[in-house]
Amino acid sequence: MEKILFLAHTDTAGALPKVALEVLGGAMETAKSLGGAPLTVGLLGGDLKAAADSVAGCGAESFLAVSGDEFTVSRYATDAAAAEALVRKSDATLVVVPATSRFSRAIPGVAQRVEGRVDTHVTGIEIEAGSPQIERWYYRQRMVAKLAREGRPWFMLVDSGVFDAVDCLAGSAALENVAVEMPATRTQVLGEEAATAEAQTIRPEAELLFVAGAGWTKKQADGQSHLPEAEQLILDFLRGSLASLGSSKSLVDQSGEGQEVLSFMSHMNQVGQTGSTPRHPKGLATCCHGEEPHVVGWRFIKERRAVNLDPGCGWAQGKADVLYVADAFEVMAKVNELLGK
Amino acid sequence: MATGFHIVVCGSLVPDPLQTLEPVETPSGPGLKNEMMLPSVLDPWAAHALYEAAHLAGSTSDSKVWLVSLGPKARLQQLMMNIAQKVPFELVALDGPAGGFTDAYEVAAALAGAIEKIDGLDRSRLLLFGGRSSASRDAGVTMQMVGERLGITDQFLAVDKLTVQDDGSLRVLERIEGGMYLASGCEGPPAVCAWSTGELPEPPNNPQVGMQNMRTIMPALQQAQPAAVGAEGLDFQKVEVPQQRRDTKIVKDVPAEEIAREIVEWLRS
Repeated sequence: MEKILFLAHTDTAGALPKVALEVLGGAMETAKSLGGAPLTVGLLGGDLKAAADSVAGCGAESFLAVSGDEFTVSRYATDAAAAEALVRKSDATLVVVPATSRFSRAIPGVAQRVEGRVDTHVTGIEIEAGSPQIERWYYRQRMVAKLAREGRPWFMLVDSGVFDAVDCLAGSAALENVAVEMPATRTQVLGEEAATAEAQTIRPEAELLFVAGAGWTKKQADGQSHLPEAEQLILDFLRGSLASLGSSKSLVDQSGEGQEVLSFMSHMNQVGQTGSTPRHPKGLATCCHGEEPHVVGWRFIKERRAVNLDPGCGWAQGKADVLYVADAFEVMAKVNELLGK
Repeated sequence: MATGFHIVVCGSLVPDPLQTLEPVETPSGPGLKNEMMLPSVLDPWAAHALYEAAHLAGSTSDSKVWLVSLGPKARLQQLMMNIAQKVPFELVALDGPAGGFTDAYEVAAALAGAIEKIDGLDRSRLLLFGGRSSASRDAGVTMQMVGERLGITDQFLAVDKLTVQDDGSLRVLERIEGGMYLASGCEGPPAVCAWSTGELPEPPNNPQVGMQNMRTIMPALQQAQPAAVGAEGLDFQKVEVPQQRRDTKIVKDVPAEEIAREIVEWLRS
């Protein structure tokens, strides 16, 4: 019989992040599909009582905690020590973990310590013939695999957007503190910094991903580039729509090549082969070009539309639901007008 | 007393991103169609790690860079033709598979074993670099596992900037959620840095660097140890390229106002 440990850390407010609530839903589903496999919740952070109470009704047999000031911050040494203690205490065979940046860094090392195996970017968990199998992507979202493992404990870092977030589970959880042998901490966390001094343009929770391609910086019909106008149109749209900004690789690369760039655009905005693969319900691509390697950037966008002067645009043909063959400068100016009304 | 860094970069080859990839079944599990024939490049994030390593070594006296690569020997040789002129490094080659369907656990064991055998490597000065994830397996776990095997518990993932402070400590920026960086200070090596894009462009080719590197690359390739890396205990039930093709509606010869109205209606729906 498999034993499941759901691991989570709290955010700066002491609550469980949304992705943790989603993945808890996945862990609960998996436990049920395995015929009622025992589920344990393991938490790490500062004061964990409120976080545990928020999911008290999830059906877990026990709630384990590693808490203290040292565990409020994201640091490999302390995170790995805490997660290792929770895994050993739970004696779990399956460890289901939300793929936060903090756990993406620490959990592989924990798997190594306990001689387990780890899979990341998990996009599905199924039970086949009584055994768990996962879905994950290879070659940067270009091919998808279903696989099972013999090795235990099996760590599964599950991406956001795969399961629905659980709610209405509040109650009173009996937390059991787990002792941790404190590791040497040669690393001090200094805090968070914005990637650019410009407007914050990456919004993971946004309804819409707006993808700006290199075409925004190219010469237009009058033979001139219109970078300030492009910047203004994009920023106005982001303000009006509350969209998250993504970019093709070619546009981001221009900064490294000394070409004119959009001042608020950084490598952090890049989607696709060497960028992120964000999950949003809708996506609107403008002035993008390129083929498969770049288009994977919106693999997980549900509804997709594109504006491009090229009707054969590789970003759109067969990939988008609607392609508007038009000048994005004109269209987005009108869109901004309408959004402002 | 030596003060420079000993920087070991883990990185190998991946198919050129512009190639069409098709999975096939092989006797040893899934693989890529014509895998041995596909043009390849140095894994993009590992390449950034290599450039950052060379830059750091160049600005810190008594430093040295090793590149530890696991891949089929013949293909590693082709790869070296492309990157040997970029930056100075000493190659440590492991002859084994470089595809995405091997298990990171076994890859980490092979890499850590090779690093432990590097002659003259001072582990107290070690900075272990690599990409945040490969463009093949795309797991983002190998560097942490190698670090653990080498006993390094100061680890950083998705690094974009590493600055050596006046007191020799390291200031590191890691990418986290929401377009933010996490800033950390580390007392110094040993540490693991799995790089994102960093801040450096691809260096231009330098024939002198290439000639210098090739003195060690060819012997390293000849002496490459076989690495029995696979995917024991991993059962791939299915690997496929998703065949989702959307029925794209093309809208043209329509005024911008009308398109804008349709887009706004869609956004608000």
